[in-house]
Amino acid sequence: MEMVNITIDTRKIQVPKNYTILEAARAANIAIPTLCFLKEINEIGACRMCVVEVKGARALQAACVYPVSEGLEIYTQSPAVREARKVTLELILSNHDKKCLTCVRSSNCELQQLSEDLNIKGLRFEGEAKLLPLDEFSPSIVRDPNKCVLCRRCVSMCKNVQTVSAIDTMERGFNTTVTCAFNKSLNDVSCTMCGQCIAVCPVGALREKDDTDKVWAALANPDLHVVVQTAPAVRVALGEEFGMPIGSRVTSNMIASLRRLGFKKVFDTDTAADLTIMEEGTELLHRIKEGGKLPLITSCSPGWIKFCEHNYPEFLENLSSCKSPHEMFGAVLKSYYAEKMGIDPAKIFVVSIMPCTAKKYEAQRPELSSTGYADVDVVLTTRELARMIKEAGIDFTELPERHFDDPMGEASGAGVIFGATGGVMEAALRTVAEILEGKSIDNIEYNAVRGVEGIKEATVEAGGLKIKAAVAHGLGNARKLLDKINAGEAEYHFIEIMGCPGGCVNGGGQPIQPSTVRSWVDLRAERAKAIYEEDRELPIRKSHENPRVKALYEEYFEKPGSHKAHKLLHTHYTKRAKYPEE
Amino acid sequence: MSENKCCCCGTAEACVDERDQKLQEIIAKYKDVRGALIPVLHEAQEVYGYLPMSVQKKISEGLDVPLAEIYGVVTFYTQFSLKPKGKYKINVCMGTACYVKGSGIILDKLKEKLGIEVGECTEDGLFSLDACRCIGACGLAPVITINEDVHGRLNPDDVEGIIESYTKTENK
Repeated sequence: MEMVNITIDTRKIQVPKNYTILEAARAANIAIPTLCFLKEINEIGACRMCVVEVKGARALQAACVYPVSEGLEIYTQSPAVREARKVTLELILSNHDKKCLTCVRSSNCELQQLSEDLNIKGLRFEGEAKLLPLDEFSPSIVRDPNKCVLCRRCVSMCKNVQTVSAIDTMERGFNTTVTCAFNKSLNDVSCTMCGQCIAVCPVGALREKDDTDKVWAALANPDLHVVVQTAPAVRVALGEEFGMPIGSRVTSNMIASLRRLGFKKVFDTDTAADLTIMEEGTELLHRIKEGGKLPLITSCSPGWIKFCEHNYPEFLENLSSCKSPHEMFGAVLKSYYAEKMGIDPAKIFVVSIMPCTAKKYEAQRPELSSTGYADVDVVLTTRELARMIKEAGIDFTELPERHFDDPMGEASGAGVIFGATGGVMEAALRTVAEILEGKSIDNIEYNAVRGVEGIKEATVEAGGLKIKAAVAHGLGNARKLLDKINAGEAEYHFIEIMGCPGGCVNGGGQPIQPSTVRSWVDLRAERAKAIYEEDRELPIRKSHENPRVKALYEEYFEKPGSHKAHKLLHTHYTKRAKYPEE
Repeated sequence: MSENKCCCCGTAEACVDERDQKLQEIIAKYKDVRGALIPVLHEAQEVYGYLPMSVQKKISEGLDVPLAEIYGVVTFYTQFSLKPKGKYKINVCMGTACYVKGSGIILDKLKEKLGIEVGECTEDGLFSLDACRCIGACGLAPVITINEDVHGRLNPDDVEGIIESYTKTENK
């Protein structure tokens, strides 16, 4: 790497030639405040919070987009710089609702943090402020334009990364807003509800629809049997909400907290993930052997499903008919479990803790109610669970060791890795390869499908069959892969698609890390590491070896793909319009 | 009357709206040209007179540009309109010179006379009203344009007569 010599605040340092001033300052341990900047997602120099003085330059320059060069002299703390940043921030604040006390992002807000960091003691500008209606029609996402600072991070995420383009910047000047075309609600456009916009919002302008009140009410209702299940990605991220390092595994603390909250049973969605593999693996082999529609594409990610329904209806028949694991679990709880425990399914209230906002939308799909009742009653994100734990006054770090409840308590490592990109594929291959070979296989780590590369490919040979597989994560990569298939440039048997970049570990319902962390730490990789650690430590790592799943088939479903399994564990999809109605 | 009959010519044959055909030609001309969105919007507005959602959807589909992005561009530039324009398009100059010479009062008078707000069109489709940036005729301030006609050095009392002169032409 070619280096250049620069001077920052009279300190002489050497930095790589391709650095921006912001990166160079970071290397010198000098913090420059930013607001619109999010590395690789939004580098547009729009908000002017990061201005610095560059010797010889006509005006102050935005550090986040200004490239270093040999001999560059930079001042990050001169009076002119400090005053310019303060004026900019105060102007942004003059058109912000400033209702921090009741804001969901209070204490995790980049604007609030800037106000503290820049020592803002009063607001000099009291001008007109926007007062616009909230968009609360989506079951997943609330948009509050009165908190929006117009940084455009959400727009870039939605348009450039996810290629959904549900939102964009409209109008100009003071009237500028981030909204949908023709000011439609997120609920009426082709929004996939993935929530990645929330994950990158520096303030509370985008947030999940908070459903904690519904859960508190259910927990307080003595007539209900309230149970909860948690997705694999939650346990490797929840700790962040309590100040723990990224990638901390808090499975036991999470279970203990849920018990204290009053849930009758705490189940592991991973067990249902094992069930999904049994059904999906069977479906794959059936389609390959019987000449069914290929490639088979996974259906666990509701953001991906909605994206497909809006944009690629020609692939709907390729989607696995399997419900997503937590929906399968819901159906099992309101059928098998209800019968076994002798509880009226009408009285069972199923809460899913998910790293996902799209699951809120998924849960209210009318087709996902096989028993006559919604499979899942309420979906909470990882963040909402953290809020409930805090509200209940539970000391999250000091809790006794706890394990998931039976009769669906034990999950395999295959179920755990569902939380990271490539995980569903790997879990399926572990089972499918053994079925085809007819014997146990020891080497079960499929490294080709792991990692954060956008599109991954692997060919697996087993039992004389060659299975060509592909994995895409993030909807932009999904689009690339599907376009390639449509153009006849690629052919596969089996594809895993997860709507969020990195898969569920980086889902739209996960703890939000500010740009100062997210820009420099790969959350996807750090959280995935914890997932794979958990997998390695489990005694059972293949779905078909899970004794709970075996028992479920013996006692109830008979075999994968049976009539009963189809009734309770499978679903169908709907073609949806690409554009909103007039 | 059969539902299949065309609304404009009444024939049983499905007739393609001439304007839609023109739009498809415009899109074809610019397809795969980088930065083609703004010229396409301009030409589409010339064809339809404005840019309703149905037109923006067709452009989105044709150019493979997201609808939200198109709507963002249309609402950013004042020359694009989401609403139909009148036969007589009134523009009131709000440039600095016109403004200090009272174009705001002229605009209010026009609103009152026509019974519409800025950006709207009268029910009979005759007049639409817009405020615009400096048109470079500061010597005539305050100035309004009605289609290609320029009316300068106005005072609020002139408004009534000007509007009536156009209404009279129509009624002849």
